Amino acid sequence: MYISLTNTPEEARGAGDSRRAPRGVRTVSSTVVTLGIVSLLTDISSESVAAILPLYITGMLGLSTIAFGVLDGLYQGVSAFVRIAGGYASDRLDQPKWVAFTGYALAAVARVGLLFAAGFAAITAVVTADRIGKGIRTAPRDALITAASDPRSLGRSFGVHRMLDNIGAALGPLIAFLILLVVPDGFHVVFVASLAFALIGVLVLGLVVPNVRTRSAARATGAGRPRAADRFEWSILWHGRLRRVLSAAGILGLLTIGDGFIYLVLQARSDFAAQWFPLLYVGTNVAFLAFAVPLGRLADRVGRARVFVVGHLGLLAAYVVAALAINDLVATVLCLLFLGAFYAATDGVLAALAAQLTTPQTRGTGIAAAQTVVAISRFVSAAGFGVLWYTIGREPSMIVVAALLAVGIPLAALVLRPLLSMTGQAAA
Amino acid sequence: MNDRRKWALIAGVSAVALGATATVGVVAWADYGTRRDAPSSVVTTADWSGGGERILFRNTAPGQGYGHVASVPLADPTAARAVSGVVCDRLDAGPGVFSCLRSVPGIVPTYTAALYADDGNMLLEWPLAGIPSRTRLSADGAFVATTSFVSGHSYASVGFSTETSLRTAHGEDLGNIEEWTLQVDGEPTTPVDRNYWGITFIDDSSFYATVGMSATGVTYLVRGDIAARTLTTLAQNVECPSLSPDGTRIAFKRVTAGAGPNVHWTPAIYDVATGEVDLLPETRGIDDQIEWLDDDVILYGMPREGAAGDTDIWALTADGSGVPELFIEHAWSPSVVREGDDG
Repeated sequence: MYISLTNTPEEARGAGDSRRAPRGVRTVSSTVVTLGIVSLLTDISSESVAAILPLYITGMLGLSTIAFGVLDGLYQGVSAFVRIAGGYASDRLDQPKWVAFTGYALAAVARVGLLFAAGFAAITAVVTADRIGKGIRTAPRDALITAASDPRSLGRSFGVHRMLDNIGAALGPLIAFLILLVVPDGFHVVFVASLAFALIGVLVLGLVVPNVRTRSAARATGAGRPRAADRFEWSILWHGRLRRVLSAAGILGLLTIGDGFIYLVLQARSDFAAQWFPLLYVGTNVAFLAFAVPLGRLADRVGRARVFVVGHLGLLAAYVVAALAINDLVATVLCLLFLGAFYAATDGVLAALAAQLTTPQTRGTGIAAAQTVVAISRFVSAAGFGVLWYTIGREPSMIVVAALLAVGIPLAALVLRPLLSMTGQAAA
Repeated sequence: MNDRRKWALIAGVSAVALGATATVGVVAWADYGTRRDAPSSVVTTADWSGGGERILFRNTAPGQGYGHVASVPLADPTAARAVSGVVCDRLDAGPGVFSCLRSVPGIVPTYTAALYADDGNMLLEWPLAGIPSRTRLSADGAFVATTSFVSGHSYASVGFSTETSLRTAHGEDLGNIEEWTLQVDGEPTTPVDRNYWGITFIDDSSFYATVGMSATGVTYLVRGDIAARTLTTLAQNVECPSLSPDGTRIAFKRVTAGAGPNVHWTPAIYDVATGEVDLLPETRGIDDQIEWLDDDVILYGMPREGAAGDTDIWALTADGSGVPELFIEHAWSPSVVREGDDG
């Protein structure tokens, strides 16, 4: 893959820029790659700790993790709220880089706390800080990716970023477990490693990533309405095309029960999945990272809305495979592949779609809104599925949600109909 | 600063940060090796003969034998501990057998449950879905109960749940008791997001356990019927039960302060006949399934102050008349084996 050597976002570059790769050459802005590396390092940092936390709490602190799970829902809510705030702050201050930096730095500082604080309350404080940091940084970072990318290949840019991001998410736990394999009580080594990766990530972001000012970029290229260029308009969220995206994402999110439940179904029935339970999410991550770039490029070519909607067929397939009694190993592997493809077709693609439909002045908020709708609707879905699970049982509830999704996908397609044929080319 | 300088600075800082990590790692590794190979910090004997009235537990004394199943005579708990070759995180002993839950380190840690004969030979082994939490054998060793924490991978995903399962000593899987029918005040109900933990057997047909509602945080004591596959609620806020040898009282941990990560549990006694609850004079928070030494004294593990990974077993009189006393140092998950019955 060709990686341009300049930090100048492509859309801000003059047509006569000699360093610009010729059309057709696969280019992704170095800013996007750098942001991917930052995410990779940060994900190693957070996932390594997350993976060993339950072991640490029970094995070293001699506590049970019951209370931990109770708090989980609360964090989700906090994270969703902070996300909108992060996107909004990024738009208003026109400082996406430094808002994102705050989020990354907060998570890194929290790691320092891990080194000194032992005890359940301290750990929850660190986890909370980490989540708030994640909430703050996601939308401004995606706004930066947008500003640094050619609008025609936004899907691919997000694909590259999500691929690197997921490499980190897959590596983190493996690094942590490797450390524990060598030093069985070396939890503090994992914490130190986590801090090291977080610091490097923050440093790379601070030093290398340019603070792409979306408004000045917009002014320079004449994109957006010139006279209102500096005005932030909330109305973009609930008027017009973005509203369709938010509605479709909400409908589909309500039918996305979360992979945790799918893993539980697999684990309850399959000895293979039970034995490898801790590794199932790594499998999904690997599938996600493998499909991220190809599906991002596909989205640029055939339309982001189309790939986003059709990508939910991957989720539907995962539900069906989980609900049917097929051979252990095959069912498990298929499920992970389908789930990975689903994430690859929807996660970065949704950000690209939201970015495409917003003005540079509202981009952070728009992306944050889409991601928040997804987060909240999935949370509601998980809660609702819990009721179903205990009422009618494991496989039947899986079949019910699969049937609902089979109706939800065409419904979402209907909502998104005006956008379905809109490709990256059209947006340029 | 130009790009080259920036990347040079990043490379430099990375080298320092990762170098420091490697140094901490090597020191920890050397340190771990020294501790593992060092003679145990307590008096031990390799004579693992089994049999007799004794207390089995997980040895947490630093040095050789850390994490292994050990035992001391019931009559003399401070005697040299016999250390077996079996490694367990959590265990319970019955007549001639003991159950053992452990996490097996690896690039991907796995979790197993196993049934061992007294001589340390493994009879049965099966995978656990998550981190070991509780295990109990029925009085005659015919049933084994396990509770594990099934945690999601990250802060998100499934969050958390416990899985409490029953098996026979012959390996027949009776399943996750989450799938049994729960009756609250006699009416079958299907609450959302319920978790079960901490089985204590009454006999070979019934047991007590805890059901917790994740949404509201309410916990109930339930009575389980193995043949009917039903669970019936008996009392609120009676968590992680342990039935006394004479079957009249249940020792448990009760939430007395805080919530969430700051929750504080106090050991308490529930009278099975009257439903009366007495809190015991223990100011520290406990997080363990209590074990009965005899009909008058309870045992529970506590993390050892200032020593991560080390724990002690404490004893407390069940009528509330005494104060907690250190019972076995550097030990965890006690299980008392009595002649005749064996709890």
